[in-house]
Amino acid sequence: MFDFFSKLFGREKSSNIAKERLQLVLIHDRNDISPETLEHIRVDMIKTLKKYLEIDEKGIEMELERKNRSVALVANIPLKTMNRPLRGQKKK
Amino acid sequence: MDCRVIVVTSGKGGVGKTTTTANLAVALASAGHKVVAIDGDVGLRNLDVIMGLENRIVYTLVDVIEGNCRLNQAMIKDKRNENLFMIPTAQSRTKDAVTSEQMTALCNELRKEFDYVLVDSPAGIEAGFRNSAAGADEALVVVTPEVSAVRDADRIIGLLESMEKAPIRLIINRIRPDMVKRGEMLDIQDVLDILAVELVGVIPDDESIVISANKGEPLTFSGDSLAAKAFANIANRIRGIETPFLELKAEPVGFFRRLFGGK
Repeated sequence: MFDFFSKLFGREKSSNIAKERLQLVLIHDRNDISPETLEHIRVDMIKTLKKYLEIDEKGIEMELERKNRSVALVANIPLKTMNRPLRGQKKK
Repeated sequence: MDCRVIVVTSGKGGVGKTTTTANLAVALASAGHKVVAIDGDVGLRNLDVIMGLENRIVYTLVDVIEGNCRLNQAMIKDKRNENLFMIPTAQSRTKDAVTSEQMTALCNELRKEFDYVLVDSPAGIEAGFRNSAAGADEALVVVTPEVSAVRDADRIIGLLESMEKAPIRLIINRIRPDMVKRGEMLDIQDVLDILAVELVGVIPDDESIVISANKGEPLTFSGDSLAAKAFANIANRIRGIETPFLELKAEPVGFFRRLFGGK
């Protein structure tokens, strides 16, 4: 929301950008999880998930998120949906 | 009083550790305490030039440790203040010339004679930093309001915590009130929110600091610039004297502030 408004009403202040970037980088630093490690986890996770599910690899989002005082690894893994024709229609 | 050994550190280089060490040493000595400042940066010494004592070095910290001289032979007595001493380090040696144990022993020896021992730590998080912090009770972390410096300060604070230094207190250096006002520089509260550590002082970006380094005369010897006042205030807070923070304002001073008496 903030991003939206700052884009709408002009440039975001660089001090805010600095603060946001710092907060993100420090989540990685403090938990000793580098972006490289996260990438390795992603590759391994995809390998495992593919045994069971058809997943959309390109759509995977995975990041560390801070919630109050704790940090969570949050992943959003979309499944591949079959491009099925519309059901319940008269056959042509 | 019991001697306090304080390491001045930062993680990132070039944020003002040596300038801070020199100015606080002078300010504490001016307040009547017996102070020694130690250059902990073996191989890249600079406390000598910042304090203007580079021409008086005969022996160094490494000479003391290797038994080439007695401790008081390496201590340079500052002629400008009888309470002030400096121990230089070796320029032609590397960080491994001093161990943590040797540094601790040296600090403990100095405790018998001084009220304050300030150790100027090298940049980085390796042996040089660990050795210079080894003998210290407490720590001052110097940071500038930049992403890189704050990130490194966060790392250093974690390491100091694991070394059980306390208190660990923060000095924010080179604040530019005009840029903060425009939203183009992290402000004091931003840095404190991120680092979650006690603030002991804020130093404005001030050209008088460059000039004093050119001359080898720490600002706190003369004391009329804003930065000199900021350092003197930090020294007071270290001594346990409650001191209000300087109001750092963007120039020019606004009409309303002038009208309603903000100094």
